[in-house]
Amino acid sequence: MYDVVIVGGGPAGLTAGLYTARGKLRSLLLEHGLTGGLVTTTEWVENYPGFDEGILGSELAQKMERQATRFGLEIVNGSVSNISINGKIKEVTLDSGQKYEAKSVILATGAHPRNLKVDGEDEFRGKGVSYCATCDGAFFKGEQIAVVGGGDSAIQEAIFLTKFAEKVYIIHRRDRLRAEKILQERAFSNSKIEFIWDSVVEKIAGDTGVKALHVRNVKTDEKSSIDVQGVFVYIGYNPNTGFLAGLANLDENNYLITDENMATSAPGVFAAGDVRSKPLKQIATAVGDGATAALAAEKYIEENF
Amino acid sequence: MSDAVKSVTADSFDKEVLESPNLALVDFWATWCGPCKIIAPVIEELSKEYEGTVTFAKVNTDENPDLASKYGIRGIPTLMFFKDGKVLDQVVGAVPKGQLKSKIDSLLG
Repeated sequence: MYDVVIVGGGPAGLTAGLYTARGKLRSLLLEHGLTGGLVTTTEWVENYPGFDEGILGSELAQKMERQATRFGLEIVNGSVSNISINGKIKEVTLDSGQKYEAKSVILATGAHPRNLKVDGEDEFRGKGVSYCATCDGAFFKGEQIAVVGGGDSAIQEAIFLTKFAEKVYIIHRRDRLRAEKILQERAFSNSKIEFIWDSVVEKIAGDTGVKALHVRNVKTDEKSSIDVQGVFVYIGYNPNTGFLAGLANLDENNYLITDENMATSAPGVFAAGDVRSKPLKQIATAVGDGATAALAAEKYIEENF
Repeated sequence: MSDAVKSVTADSFDKEVLESPNLALVDFWATWCGPCKIIAPVIEELSKEYEGTVTFAKVNTDENPDLASKYGIRGIPTLMFFKDGKVLDQVVGAVPKGQLKSKIDSLLG
């Protein structure tokens, strides 16, 4: 039996694993994809302290992984389908049927970009539909593209994309932005950016790649078509809590509710990082959550086993 | 890096990929792409496991923009599978090794 099973290998999970493994707890981290989480979709990380000149997101993730495994964290590739609690023992089951028993569990499953859920979105993924401007922006040199959304990510990435694209439409369903003021000012003064207010995308059309967006104005119901070769979707995130099936309490947006020690409503089950209900989702706050959850799990094990 | 994954350019693409008698996997990548750095060692491992049955190649999209645009690359890493000069399938983004293995196995039939 493991002392701690950590679900999710982003900064929160890797930090939790570093602390528990270094604290001599038998620790296993389960990751369904590649370790690093959303950090790996960011080109440069400039706001994580200690890297004064910035660092590649993927490199930061690899460093975190090496640091944790150096102290004995085991990492297994697998997708968790179920977690059950029998008495004080937690049983974590993978899609493959493999089961792991643990005294405590730390959920660091993060969040994933929300989809538009319109026709053409899946069909043209990687052929013009993108959720990562830093990954894909360079393939739209001199072309027309659209960004969907009005929050910080949408505006920041739209400004970034003007480095490549000839024209960047920002399609937002309201008539004002949620993004912070400094970003709004930069966007409004950028001659390559044009706003399409009060509008939603209804369809992504194309042949071998994206060619146009079908857009509807939500106030006038007027429909129009915009010629673009790419569309970048930044309409927020959804937490990866679907597989938990009532294991612990969630907030109204399905994020895990914790106390200040990262404890969820299920005894011995902790949460860390973007999956947790909290105001600021950053690498810097994720690693703090991971460390707190690790020490809380250690205390829980001492008191209960 | 070993030579198992051959770096190809617009000049050598036809010979190395399109005229390859084997199934060919081409990794479209660039130096600034984080996920590409994650997938590269995976491709390297696969190239050893499938040595002789699958041809592995990589295309730097910054140095070969014409190839990138010819194949409609709109995001990297894009892993494109070729057989007899035709595109059979593609995978966009860094995906786990197991997923790539099953894709290769299914394409090998």
